[in-house]
Amino acid sequence: MSQCLQTLHDYGLRAIGIGERLLPRSDFTLCQQFTLIGSGLIWNIYFGALALFVGFFFANALAVAKLSGPAWLRKPAEWFIFLFRGSPLFIQFFVAYEALVQLPRAGIDVFGITVQTSWLTRAWAGALIVLILNTAAYSAEIFYGALRNVPKGELEAADAYGMAGWTRYRRVVWPTAMRLAWPAYTNEAIFLFHATTLVFFSSFPAFQQQGDSLYYASYFADKTFNPFVAYPIVAGYFILLTLCLIGLFGVVNRRLNRHLPGAARKIRYRPNLLR
Amino acid sequence: MFASCADPKTLEGLAWLMCYLTSGKHMLFYLSFGTVILLLAITAPVALLFGFGGALASRSRIAPLRWFGKTYTSMVRGVPDIIFFLFVPIALDQAFEWLRAKAYCDPSVPIRQGNDFVVCPAAKLPLSTAPEWVHQSYGVFLAVIAFAIVFGAFAANVLYGAMNAVPKAQLETAEAYGMSPRQVNRRILIPQMWTYALPGLANLWMILIKATPLLFVLGVEDIVYWARELGGSKTSAYAYPHPDWRIYYFLGILVFYLLMTWGSERFFDRIRARLSSGQATMAGEAMRKAAS
Repeated sequence: MSQCLQTLHDYGLRAIGIGERLLPRSDFTLCQQFTLIGSGLIWNIYFGALALFVGFFFANALAVAKLSGPAWLRKPAEWFIFLFRGSPLFIQFFVAYEALVQLPRAGIDVFGITVQTSWLTRAWAGALIVLILNTAAYSAEIFYGALRNVPKGELEAADAYGMAGWTRYRRVVWPTAMRLAWPAYTNEAIFLFHATTLVFFSSFPAFQQQGDSLYYASYFADKTFNPFVAYPIVAGYFILLTLCLIGLFGVVNRRLNRHLPGAARKIRYRPNLLR
Repeated sequence: MFASCADPKTLEGLAWLMCYLTSGKHMLFYLSFGTVILLLAITAPVALLFGFGGALASRSRIAPLRWFGKTYTSMVRGVPDIIFFLFVPIALDQAFEWLRAKAYCDPSVPIRQGNDFVVCPAAKLPLSTAPEWVHQSYGVFLAVIAFAIVFGAFAANVLYGAMNAVPKAQLETAEAYGMSPRQVNRRILIPQMWTYALPGLANLWMILIKATPLLFVLGVEDIVYWARELGGSKTSAYAYPHPDWRIYYFLGILVFYLLMTWGSERFFDRIRARLSSGQATMAGEAMRKAAS
């Protein structure tokens, strides 16, 4: 038990570079596997949460642009959504990494100030950017569908109240669209968290062996030639993470539907995992 | 390939590029696109079959069969499927080798020696004396099974939902006509469920297309492998020296996938129109109104 506490102390934050420098090499205990894989989960949550947060705003802008923007806005939005939804996330990671590597190593001179670029090739920045753009495209399609399904009666009621433009959008269209989109958006959030496991299997290197949960799981599976322990542990962690997400999004869902008693249906999770 | 390509050092411009793009390694690269399409062509029907079995099992009246079906359909929920892609091939490989070890090896030698999984040479799969292509196709074979299991579970989900969406009155009418449960399934349920299943299956096909680059993670020499191999910078020791061109190769792959998904979308739009006609759904009603 105390040995496990020591392991927790050594490897609990290993994924962000705190604690023991060397990974365990032999005589792997169950405790080590649980601790290291759990510490890798920090990266999954980091990528998922940040990408979801930034992507949410971007997706809203894209959805509005695709629905009602002028042609010079609508076309790029459509192309952006097609590009990111039509190609595998895995390939997007590769392309982004190779593109970011091409940037000059010494940095770019902008008006005499040297802008460093090397940090972009690191996973925490480069992969995050790809994930933000990817989730923005998928969510934008969901929001676009929801915006098109806002009931006509509500728009007419808003007109009757003398609302127009931004006021009408903020007080009537957007809340209703969010309410309609929320179940699908919950699924998108879950897929995004699952997609974060791809980061360290594409080109992005795991700096000083600081990887995500699947990175450590495959490390253990490679070293022990035994897939029956490490992978079920990641699977278990992800089921927990998924349940937390469903709970969290369920709270928001209830709040969005609070004016409609009985309308807050339980969000059904439909698995469409890969992108 | 061409006679003029015998000495690439002397070539320039377009001629050089043409010779470069038709070199032996590039032919393997182009063939690997075939691997991807082959994987799709094999996996899709097999996964559909698995899904069909899973969906029928989870509607079964026999409790153990139903439990199996329900477990299978909900297996992939909540777990990133790349975990299954990493897990299933190793697990299957070890299962096959374990079975062969039971048959061919000396039973006194333990298979699990500490951290190692060791079987005698006679039980190795494929045999270490086998040619390279056998090793490659064994890898592809394991990948196909992994894909089929994971996507079968997805398809089972979709088909199970579609079977439940067929109007109950139709099935009850069939029963009233004296059809047995098997006849109801075959004559009423299965022909009618496709229109409900199509959106889900189309979505699944798109996801399957976009999952194929994961072959690389399974260690198969697929397009991603060749793109990294060919694109990496080549010194003048090679026949065709060039700087780091990986980005162009990956952009090419990106375009390949965009074309695949775009083409599939067009195809599914057509099928959707055909299946919707005459159905008691919104789309079918709209088509009826438009025609009259």
